[in-house]
Amino acid sequence: MTTPTPPSSVPPEESIENAIELKDVEGLSQGRIVLRKFVRHRGAIVGTTALLLILLLSVTSIGYGPIPGWWKWDPNATNAVINPGGRPTLSLPSWLGGDGLAWGDAPFGQDEIGRDIFARTMLGVQTSLQVMIIIGFVAGIIGVAVGAAAGFFRGWIDQALMRFTDLVITFPVLVIGAVLGKMAGAGGVFVLALVLGLITWTGLARLVRGDFLSLREREFVDAARVAGASNFRIIRKHMIPNAMGVIIVNITLLMAAAVLLEAALSFLGFGVRAPDVSLGRMISEYQSAFSTRPWLFWWPGIFIIAIALSINFIGDGIRDAFDPRQKKVPSQREMERSLRAEKKDA
Amino acid sequence: MTTPESKPRTSPGTTREPVLEVKDLSVSFYVDGEWYAAASEVSYEVYPGEVLAIVGESGSGKTQSSMSLLGLLPSNGRATGSAKLRGKEILNLRGAAARRIRGQEISVIFQEPMTALNPVYTIGFQIVEMLRSHLPLSPSQARERALELLRLVEMPEPERRFDNFPHQLSGGQRQRAMIAQSLACDPTLLIADEPTTALDVTVQAEILKLIRDLKDRFDSGIVLITHDMGVVADMADRVLVMKDGRIVEQGPTRQIFNDPQHPYTQQLLAAVPHFGTHSPETAASGTPAPAATPQEAAAPGAAVESVLELTNLVLEYPKRGSQPVFRAIDDVSFSVGKGEIVGLVGESGSGKTTIGRAAVGLLPIHSGSLKVAGVEMAGVKPKDLKPLRRKVGIVFQDPGSSLNPRFPIGESIGEPLQLHANLKGAELSRRVEELLDQVHLSRAMRNRYPHELSGGQRQRVGIARALALEPELLVADEPTSALDVSVQARVLDLFQELQREHGFGCLFISHDLAVVEMLAARIAVLHHGKLVEIGPAAQVAHHPREAYTQRLVAAVPVPDPDEQQARRAERDALLAAGGPS
Repeated sequence: MTTPTPPSSVPPEESIENAIELKDVEGLSQGRIVLRKFVRHRGAIVGTTALLLILLLSVTSIGYGPIPGWWKWDPNATNAVINPGGRPTLSLPSWLGGDGLAWGDAPFGQDEIGRDIFARTMLGVQTSLQVMIIIGFVAGIIGVAVGAAAGFFRGWIDQALMRFTDLVITFPVLVIGAVLGKMAGAGGVFVLALVLGLITWTGLARLVRGDFLSLREREFVDAARVAGASNFRIIRKHMIPNAMGVIIVNITLLMAAAVLLEAALSFLGFGVRAPDVSLGRMISEYQSAFSTRPWLFWWPGIFIIAIALSINFIGDGIRDAFDPRQKKVPSQREMERSLRAEKKDA
Repeated sequence: MTTPESKPRTSPGTTREPVLEVKDLSVSFYVDGEWYAAASEVSYEVYPGEVLAIVGESGSGKTQSSMSLLGLLPSNGRATGSAKLRGKEILNLRGAAARRIRGQEISVIFQEPMTALNPVYTIGFQIVEMLRSHLPLSPSQARERALELLRLVEMPEPERRFDNFPHQLSGGQRQRAMIAQSLACDPTLLIADEPTTALDVTVQAEILKLIRDLKDRFDSGIVLITHDMGVVADMADRVLVMKDGRIVEQGPTRQIFNDPQHPYTQQLLAAVPHFGTHSPETAASGTPAPAATPQEAAAPGAAVESVLELTNLVLEYPKRGSQPVFRAIDDVSFSVGKGEIVGLVGESGSGKTTIGRAAVGLLPIHSGSLKVAGVEMAGVKPKDLKPLRRKVGIVFQDPGSSLNPRFPIGESIGEPLQLHANLKGAELSRRVEELLDQVHLSRAMRNRYPHELSGGQRQRVGIARALALEPELLVADEPTSALDVSVQARVLDLFQELQREHGFGCLFISHDLAVVEMLAARIAVLHHGKLVEIGPAAQVAHHPREAYTQRLVAAVPVPDPDEQQARRAERDALLAAGGPS
């Protein structure tokens, strides 16, 4: 019998052994499952929303590059000082002990030469986000490439790449960042971020290598090899998609650290230079005025924390979403409620 | 133990009190806003000194219903009904009350001793810990008692083993340590959850013998959870068959095996390959056939072209760190003819998988020669392997791991076609659909992901992928050992059908002699990397020539209580004659 069996003779579906556990993921692709778990993660959704709002606020208010925004002041323009000493015109609503909610012309205040702090903070947020994305991108590509090559080929390639990684790890990031940043700082934010990306990929490379070492023992990799797939195809089509969880999670965490790193470098004076504004540089610039004009610190500080925190939350959510063992454990109350409902039906 | 009849029968008429009385036990899980029943209205009793076997496929609720007795359900699980241990209700106990029951009253022998024992403590420490958390013993008394237990489970050199870590013991020794630990506090009820599934047949036979001996010494009841009907026939007094969370049939072992009432039980029993019945016993009876010297049996006549030919093959795993070179295969020669199925059996570590991997070019060859479809594999460069890949396919053991979880299965099947036949678009999808038809999967499944499929379905996908390029040689590496018996039966049927259709030669690697006997024309037996024996299936199954094969064959349990009893006696005689192995 050489004719293919007609599909009508397909036997009834075998019962699936772990049917109950699968109820949760019926008919979904791996990506959809991850997305669904992510959406159900409260912290991650709060983080994503906060980050999007911050991004939206900073881009629309002062515009991006040559595109103007809706905010009236320019970040670097000096204006007349509105309140004495540049005190914020924002007043709290009366139930918080203020004079009723009002924004005024300079809600975040002004510095001693009359520059608007809201506009400067928004520009700083843009810089920080740019730095963060570039570092994530550069460090991500290098880290994945090095880790994948080391984990897949093992042997002397692994030895060479990992010893090189060890060498890079021993560089104190702050010092190297300071030295290279000093040289690169003149080139602007972009070059600084690129340089920082070149020294922060090490952690990712090690984790990807570890993941690849265990993935290459999996039988589907052997199966692909028997099918005749080339090394490059195996890495690209079979292994990287399966290591995506580790990669994405660590890139997000790396990005959160990058925001802080940029702030620290700029605070020390080695990072972003004038006329660029960054959150770290604002704090550094105004450090002598801490006791007299505290609002100069509050706003950049609050935004640094908000950005780093929301990215950490997002990373947390992604990690949970990619972890196949992590199941949502229903709360006792939820379970009892459904039990009662069931009894009522019966 | 002489015969089961001489034991106190445990019919309801006797005055003996049951150890465990389970009534209307239901277990359900809360998933995604709804309760799903894993077991419903399960009722049974266990009497002292009795072995109750719970059989059923994975997902039938046999493990979950037993774990609920100990309160070991996951946090989204719920158990209702009643379970009385010596008249005391034990279901849904919490805290200290539950801990008193665990270990002391009910203890568990788990399936995989390597993961059930803590790798950072010595086995002695773990037994002592168990003793001292339940009984008022001083450290030295506990040590004495632990050594006593190790002697009881016939652990070789108990004093030395006491201070060994789990990884320093063999699989059988680890399982003995687990048993010693579970017996530490004289439990009233012992739950053995697939206690021998992870072990080789010869070790399995020893462990089963041990449990049988111990059962008579302690007066505890044993609940044996298993899917292996051979083990059930060997051990159980009564059998309880579960399907989809319900008991479909229960009764004394003999009655279940000889006169199953429920269609599901009949189907389950029919699906079990019965060792020794697939090949005619007379074929090689009496004096061995004159022509069957190993060398001649190795070469299947000059008329048949061979698709796999091993000559003095040696395979080594290179030195790694402080581990020396390991010679996995030492001087092995045999061949597989065109369209022939050769079974390769052996215990774990015997090197059978190593041969399979070398045959598909996943391992380099140290010396000797290995020819696939006439092409020499020794010293071949990866580049030259490409044309060869078309001639050989492999089906892996674990269908859960051998399919890329990120690929829809259609893509997995299509990958070899894409790489070698350069098929694209409509033609590729037509061929993939053809392959799905051949392995009896619906075409709609091509867009599903592996995690949505059952084990049997995944293995069909694995077979379809291996056959995509119409290979001349198929290496099947334990393709059914991860599957339930009834699923295994269906996959094996399919396998035989495809073999008839396509006529590929096949190296069928398995530890299950019954399966190999059913499929293979010839059987090769491997032990410590050396070929012990090769011959026609009937001869190896019924009249093994070598002592090792005899022991191996004698250890295979068969799903028939009477026959198994006879085999057991035979095996004991064989071991007594041959001395300790």
